[in-house]
Amino acid sequence: MASGKRPEHKGPPELFYNDEEARKYTSNSRMIEIQQQMSERAIELLALPEDQPCFILDIGCGSGLSGECLSDQGHMWLGIDISQHMLDVAVEREIEGDLLMGDMGWGMPFRPGTFDGVISISALQWLCNADKKFHSPPKRMYKFFSTLYASMSRGTRAVFQLYPENSEQLELLTMQAMKAGFTGGLVVDFPNSTKSKKMFLCLFAGGPSQVLPKGLGTSSNEMVNKIAYSGTRDRIKERRGKHPKKSRDWVMEKKERARHQGKKVGPDSKYTGRKRKVTF
Amino acid sequence: MKLLTHNMLTSNIIKGVTKGFPLQIAATDIKVTEVDFNPDFISRMISKVEWPALCEAAESIGHLGDLPKELDPDYEKNEEFLKKAHHVLLEVEIKEGELICPETGRKFPVTNGIPNMLLNEDEVGK
Ligand SMILES: C[S@@+](CC[C@H](N)C(=O)[O-])C[C@H]1O[C@@H](n2cnc3c(N)ncnc32)[C@H](O)[C@@H]1O
Repeated sequence: MASGKRPEHKGPPELFYNDEEARKYTSNSRMIEIQQQMSERAIELLALPEDQPCFILDIGCGSGLSGECLSDQGHMWLGIDISQHMLDVAVEREIEGDLLMGDMGWGMPFRPGTFDGVISISALQWLCNADKKFHSPPKRMYKFFSTLYASMSRGTRAVFQLYPENSEQLELLTMQAMKAGFTGGLVVDFPNSTKSKKMFLCLFAGGPSQVLPKGLGTSSNEMVNKIAYSGTRDRIKERRGKHPKKSRDWVMEKKERARHQGKKVGPDSKYTGRKRKVTF
Repeated sequence: MKLLTHNMLTSNIIKGVTKGFPLQIAATDIKVTEVDFNPDFISRMISKVEWPALCEAAESIGHLGDLPKELDPDYEKNEEFLKKAHHVLLEVEIKEGELICPETGRKFPVTNGIPNMLLNEDEVGK
């Protein structure tokens, strides 16, 4: 990514994520699909106990795209974000999670042991910037990680999908996380592809020692992953300009078409286009 | 904000505040919505909830209903109890109002259902 284009360089997050930017998270179907894919991968990396509804924290939850993936899997979530506009869009979208406005760099305001897992999609790199004169990124990182560690149940995980600007940022983030008590490290999916390479900082909050999961497209099953991957890329390309298949917009469009054809169609509700929940 | 969130929320990110729990609620608008009942989830959360603080919070906004102030030791098997807990934890929401830090009196506004926990520079602890 060219340095001039990085959102973090354009201003503080509470200003960058204004109403216009927040709208993209409901209207740009390609963007939505990418955020949701990364969210699903992050949830997979959380390795939550099977068939157990959990309480998850979503940091930099934005308009609730990542949270919706959690709801779809039957989990309850709490989202925290610094941008009023992003949060307002989340409320508008009738997300099932609960929301807080807060700055991660000032610490996580929760009782000890609250969460069964933590995800964060495309937000952590914001912590590497000093947006105010008095901001010290290393201090903010340490404050963030140490209060986060305390708010998690022992043995649970925090998974951050992030876009670090350079390896120094990544090292600093990792170092502060370890200083705060976390173990774990970086999981890189498709490291050899510039376009689909994705980084996940995968942190363990105490408990029995855990093995860092392998990135996709890295091991001996590389071929398999590559093939699976190129499949999804074609699918995305093919649908560019249209709403992603099975998305709410896609369902709504389909229903509208059917209505025009005089067919009998069920009424629209907030459940329209939702994946069915796994029942417990 | 749901009362579940309230039960997990502290103001201990403020400089000098040690516990910051429970935050006092001054609500001007409360909404009750229907949420799917999931007994497993409620059981698991009750083990994390500070029960007296939950009852106190619910009572302070007039939504305790018939929730027992004593936690039933066999709550996992008591569906009726779990349903009452479910209602108070997930269905009662503070839409507008304030949360008040029990140690400093600092007020956090709640607008559009979202508590604003942002601090000023001079309030942030080390
Ligand atoms: C690229 S958006 C991603 C939103 C959402 N996770 C998603 O995947 O759709 C990044 C989000 O991080 C939030 N953010 C940035 N800095 C933050 C901070 N210091 N504290 C809390 N949230 C922050 C922004 O407001 C924004 O909503």
